[in-house]
Amino acid sequence: MSAEAFLQIRHLVKEFEGHPAVDNVSIDIAKGEVFALLGSSGCGKTTLLRMLAGFETPTSGSVVLDGRNLAGLPPYERPMNMMFQSYALFPHLTVADNIAFGLRRDGMPAAEIGVRVEAMLKLVQLGGYAKRKPHQLSGGQQQRVALARSLAKKPQLLLLDEPLGALDRKLREETQIELANIVHDVGVTCVMVTHDQEEAMTMASRIAVMSAGRFLQVGAPAEIYETPSSRFVADFIGNVNLMEGSVVEDEAGHVVVDCGDCKHWIGHGITGTLGMKVTVALRPEKIRIGREPPADGSGAAPPAPFNRVRGKVKDLAYFGSFTVYHLLLAGGRVLKVSQSNSERGGGTALTWNDEAWASWAPLSPVVLTQ
Amino acid sequence: MKRPAGLAWLRGRSAVIGVPYAWLLVFFLLPFLVVAKISVSEMETTTISDIVTWKDGAIAFNVKFGNYLLLLSDDLYFKTYVSSLKYAAVTTLLCLVIGYPFAYFMARTRRTVQPALLMLVMLPFWTSFLLRVYAWKALLTEHGLIADAIEAVGFDRLLAAAGLIPGPGQLMNTPFSLVLGMTYTYLPFMILPLYSNLAKMDLRLLEAASDLGATAWTAFWTVTVPLSRAGIIAGTMLVFIPCVGEYVIPELLGGPQTQMIGRTLWDEFFSNNDWPMACSVAVAMILLVIVPIAVFSRYQAEATERAT
Amino acid sequence: MNAAAWNRAFARAWLVLGYAFLYVPIVALVVYSFNDSPVANLWRGFTLKWYVALASDQELLAGLALSLQVALSTACAAIVLGTLAAFAMTRYRRFFGSTLFAGMIAAPLVMPEVIIGLSLLLMLVSLQRATEAAFGFGFPERGMLTIWLGHLLLGMAYATVVVRARLQTLNPQLEEAAMDLGARPWQVFWLVTLPMIGQALLSAFLLTFTLSLDDVVLSAFLSGPGATTMPLVIFSRARLGLNPSVNAVATIIIAIVAVGVVVASFIMARGERRRAEDIAAANRALTESTP
Repeated sequence: MSAEAFLQIRHLVKEFEGHPAVDNVSIDIAKGEVFALLGSSGCGKTTLLRMLAGFETPTSGSVVLDGRNLAGLPPYERPMNMMFQSYALFPHLTVADNIAFGLRRDGMPAAEIGVRVEAMLKLVQLGGYAKRKPHQLSGGQQQRVALARSLAKKPQLLLLDEPLGALDRKLREETQIELANIVHDVGVTCVMVTHDQEEAMTMASRIAVMSAGRFLQVGAPAEIYETPSSRFVADFIGNVNLMEGSVVEDEAGHVVVDCGDCKHWIGHGITGTLGMKVTVALRPEKIRIGREPPADGSGAAPPAPFNRVRGKVKDLAYFGSFTVYHLLLAGGRVLKVSQSNSERGGGTALTWNDEAWASWAPLSPVVLTQ
Repeated sequence: MKRPAGLAWLRGRSAVIGVPYAWLLVFFLLPFLVVAKISVSEMETTTISDIVTWKDGAIAFNVKFGNYLLLLSDDLYFKTYVSSLKYAAVTTLLCLVIGYPFAYFMARTRRTVQPALLMLVMLPFWTSFLLRVYAWKALLTEHGLIADAIEAVGFDRLLAAAGLIPGPGQLMNTPFSLVLGMTYTYLPFMILPLYSNLAKMDLRLLEAASDLGATAWTAFWTVTVPLSRAGIIAGTMLVFIPCVGEYVIPELLGGPQTQMIGRTLWDEFFSNNDWPMACSVAVAMILLVIVPIAVFSRYQAEATERAT
Repeated sequence: MNAAAWNRAFARAWLVLGYAFLYVPIVALVVYSFNDSPVANLWRGFTLKWYVALASDQELLAGLALSLQVALSTACAAIVLGTLAAFAMTRYRRFFGSTLFAGMIAAPLVMPEVIIGLSLLLMLVSLQRATEAAFGFGFPERGMLTIWLGHLLLGMAYATVVVRARLQTLNPQLEEAAMDLGARPWQVFWLVTLPMIGQALLSAFLLTFTLSLDDVVLSAFLSGPGATTMPLVIFSRARLGLNPSVNAVATIIIAIVAVGVVVASFIMARGERRRAEDIAAANRALTESTP
């Protein structure tokens, strides 16, 4: 945490009737970063965002933006702008007037306002829609007007509240990338709140997974996904197989964890002791599945009985581009395996009640101690 | 929504709450205290000095409850209170019986027609109620349109037999004309809250009930009516409470048989110039309606909670 | 006929009878206003003489003038007080004494007017006597001002209900967005909230105006010498018996109200239709091009 970070949040707490919605949160956010607060509803992410915007007063703690302490500043005096989940476009004003609203409050001369509004409309590709009213726009268009309005004043910090929440699935995919590009092109520092992992992972440079008012893990999307720091995070992001076991071998270059039906040979060391109880997290897409057992001695693959297991296909779900198999193991555990359908009409496609082998590489599992 | 407690913001909030609050305290609450005070005094002065005096180093109360004793002991006053409650209750019941189906059928017509139907109900409400009550006077007096119609079918003999009119042909200034006038005037007050409630009902609930085996009649009683409870309460309060203290309608359409407490208060004040008595009557009336008013206020508050 | 048809017929009959009940007096008033007979009940012929007589009816016209003044000032003040109260109740939900406040706002809607009239009058009289004793002149004199105060009390309660209903449907994020963009609280109200509750304010204005114009009991208690409102004139005439000039006044009022309500509904319906067309046009544009 550098002392010159752009946005510094220190020990921020917000209590409602004795219960902490935000519980001692501290984080540094660099200029130009896109930072996502990810969590399910009630975890405190929206409260945190609203405290940044000035709609809630912190119970304790501080927020410093670009060296300036924001304590006591009302929302209309803060150098940040928010894009609301419901867009909150003023229905009685045209698109142009909506975007110009903040500029007019600042006393900007009319000619300049006109230029800025034009530029904003062009940025979100809505040039020519200036005279429309919000109810004449589609959901996607309204969202872009909301974005243009929140960027019009060139704020130091952009706050996004579930930006893609109101859009349907197809639109959401298209808009995700567009939105990320706009934010990146403008170069504004951005804090966003979302419960959608995809949204967080595609748009953010760093994600904070939140639960019960605390940050559980903060890191880049890949970091969070591939090296979760706890069971909760591993389970929250994406799909995962969690297996309890104990460390039976602990060397500098590898460890072996015995989970009963699965024995993991993991190709890196961990800080721990022999016999320690740990959880192994293994993502479904990292597991190979097939009728034949994996070939032994093929490069880095460890020999049997490690990193392989046999089972029966109890269930499968066909998603078109990939299939998810539920493999029932001898001890009763069900292993989730995801395999992309990279070939059309693969002759060896597995089906219900087939016997199959699952195997994985030594660096695929992650060892979790909490 | 919380905002930082800057001084300007606090001042704004205090003004928004303070101005109407102060206004109501001075012009709504304070008058009731004045009335209470006068009701226990001898004269119509409103200074406290005639009730509370300092005598021999101790506080002496000079409160005259004579008016209240009179209210309780005198048969006439007691009967008038009871009859007011009776007429108000009958009117409310009639409004409910006529108004509920009316509102229900309104809410079940095509969506496009409903605004027009609503407008047709509102229109009488916007035209002067005094004039419409006066119109019933004309219609029920001898040779009036409705009077003729009633006599033609012999309905008046039925009314006379039931004691609602003194004799066949004498329809004006009777309990019948009074209740008719009150029901007529207050019917929109029952229809509007009921309609607003029923129109918002989710019709799919009835579909679900039917799917689970309920007949239309059963579904009505087990689904629609309970859900419209809020509308029924609102309508009932909006009709019953004002009816208890009605003055204009009993004065124009009622008669010697139909003494209502509103008229009593008026007469005590304007005809007898007996302010303390009028105030006692008023205080007793307030006590009568204070519970329904509290219920009404609670209902309004709950409706607000639900809406936000 | 099967059950469904019976039901429909029954529903239709009930509605028709109900509307007939509501409109019989109104129709009667209009018809009798053209009746050439001193006894308003027997039809003798068509005439306009009652309308002509209205033009020289000084008492009634003076009452009308006073009533209009009172109604206008009541409506203006009522929407101000009503909006303040509505805001207090929706935006600042729990404040010290909010239950009492809610009770005082709801009570005038149902409380019998004789009680309100009597109590308000007595308080004003005591105030008048106190100022007389203290300053030598009594304030307020019974008259237009006191009538206005009484009507305002009632009107404010109705205005609050109307404005509050609208405020509750407003998205609070709109006001937050305005603040976020730099608008101070007063600007938020003026630029965002007020335009959006405009229609409710108009409704409240008209409602309060009508109520004031029509009020009998409060006006009777609170009026003074020379301050007789039109309803009071009509009421005193009505008490004495049937009076044809009343029919003429009634018909004129009915005509004004009917025209007003019809025009208002027409304008609202047209606004709705235009909105729906705009949205349909936008949807068409959406399917034709990419968003």
